[in-house]
Amino acid sequence: MPRRKKRKEIFALGNEAVVEGALLAGCSFYGGYPITPSSEIMEIMAARLPMTGDGVFMQMEDEIASMGAIVGASLAGRKVMTATSGPGFSLMQENLGYAIMAEAPLVLVNVMRGGPSTGLPTSPAQADVQQARWGTHGDHPIIVLSASDVQECLDMTITAFNMAEKYRTPVILLLDEVTAHTREKIEVPNEGEFEVFSRTVPSMPPEWYKPYEETVRGVPPMPPLGAGYRFHVTGLTHDRNGFPTQRPEEIVELLERIHRKIDQFFYDIQLVDEVQTTDADVVVIAYGSVARSAELAVHQARLNGVRAGLLKLKTLFPYPRRHTEKILGHARTLVVPEMNMGQMSREVKRVNMGRASVRTINRVDGQIVTPSEILKVIMQG
Amino acid sequence: MKPQELDRFEIRFSGLGGQGIITLGKIMGQGLALGHGYNVTQTQSYGPEARGGSSKCDLVISSGRISYPKAESLDLLVALSQEACNAYYPYLKPGGALVIETELVGQQPTNRFLGLPFTALARDKVGVAQAMNTVVLGALSFLLPFVQQAIMRKTLETVLPAKIRAVNVKAFNLGHRLAKKEWGDDAGEVWRVEEGFGDD
Repeated sequence: MPRRKKRKEIFALGNEAVVEGALLAGCSFYGGYPITPSSEIMEIMAARLPMTGDGVFMQMEDEIASMGAIVGASLAGRKVMTATSGPGFSLMQENLGYAIMAEAPLVLVNVMRGGPSTGLPTSPAQADVQQARWGTHGDHPIIVLSASDVQECLDMTITAFNMAEKYRTPVILLLDEVTAHTREKIEVPNEGEFEVFSRTVPSMPPEWYKPYEETVRGVPPMPPLGAGYRFHVTGLTHDRNGFPTQRPEEIVELLERIHRKIDQFFYDIQLVDEVQTTDADVVVIAYGSVARSAELAVHQARLNGVRAGLLKLKTLFPYPRRHTEKILGHARTLVVPEMNMGQMSREVKRVNMGRASVRTINRVDGQIVTPSEILKVIMQG
Repeated sequence: MKPQELDRFEIRFSGLGGQGIITLGKIMGQGLALGHGYNVTQTQSYGPEARGGSSKCDLVISSGRISYPKAESLDLLVALSQEACNAYYPYLKPGGALVIETELVGQQPTNRFLGLPFTALARDKVGVAQAMNTVVLGALSFLLPFVQQAIMRKTLETVLPAKIRAVNVKAFNLGHRLAKKEWGDDAGEVWRVEEGFGDD
């Protein structure tokens, strides 16, 4: 067996780890507009991306244009990314919908801060969870991922790029200010130690190519613009050739396919980490930085003789239903701590359907939910 | 020397925006994580102002895995403004240490504290008031028994741009020397758990 090459260790911010992950995943275009607490992603991208050979960095005039730029670059065959925070995320919603309709792979990082509006620019929140799911108009599928520590920022960014490419869809990575502005020692994996997925390009001659043809996976192959394949892109509901249609059977075919291509691969997309859940009576369901508070609280509860466990959500949408249902076989109580008024607990309650009692812990004062707050609720059972 | 075993040693640096609090935490964190091999999380919070607002930076240092990244019960509080001292003193553990900037913290909440006039030292002895945070770093490298001065100084040199390196090394050495002189050799004894003495 070949000896594993030693990995490079760095002491980095969550935001820096996102950039490391993006570059490892092959990101070669970044268009964006800076906003606290995501600005370091853009700053470091500006320094690093042009050094990678064909990498292009563009500062755009606002977040609407940022999305436009990365959708365009994605259609031209690039792996693309942008990063923002709540107020900018709202501006990105329109073109996000366009990217879903045009099936343009891209990664959108939203480092959540307190809102609404300008809100609390330097304080953490998890207030954009439902905006990430339903922010853009129309009935759409979306993949939303999150990360709770700095190493995960790197790993989940790679995962986000892979899912975007594999399923030809925008992927949103939701971080919060705590995760993004925590520095930790992390390991940067060497080439070949992680999977890098790239979009399928058509293998047929250009005259046979139909841009939105039905395939087994529901993901049509995607040539870069300018490679000789005729490729019409529109936000209008389109037929297999990519041209607008109003025929009901073609509308249904398109909408069912873009949902199916994500729904049927739930086992690949829904990622969680479980800590001592197998025998747990009380299970904390948490994500982002709050999952770290929860981990300590669960540890302390076990020391106090309570069978507690943690289900850490790394995929927020599609909601990891089967993992939650497995836990509902034995758990009496689910505790859902969040830095919002209860956005993820809605999903938990929807899956729970009255089986266990669902306790929520909500903080909206710009502070992270602490381990002692979670422990208190766990101990109440 | 084998690093001392630590289980969640929590430090909070606090003061005013512009004092270099976060830079101080970042350099110390990097020295402990990459130089000494500990697990370290460094988190920060600050106001929207460029300078003048409040600023805070937490370090959690542990030999094992760190779950919760923020400090909850402090082993060491470094307060570089009166406001910060008032706000965070209640979070200090019994037996924890308080380090203050003696000119900026006039009202001490307790008589058990370690103080130096860091800003005046940086301004008068180093010639650059902005090097104040490095004087603090030097003093803490003396105070904390698990920190090796040489490793921390080397980290400082790698992190800083060449232009300001010499000034900061001077400030670092000054802090270390004065802490030893003013605070005494056994100032950090409370945290020492193993028999190995001396850094070199």
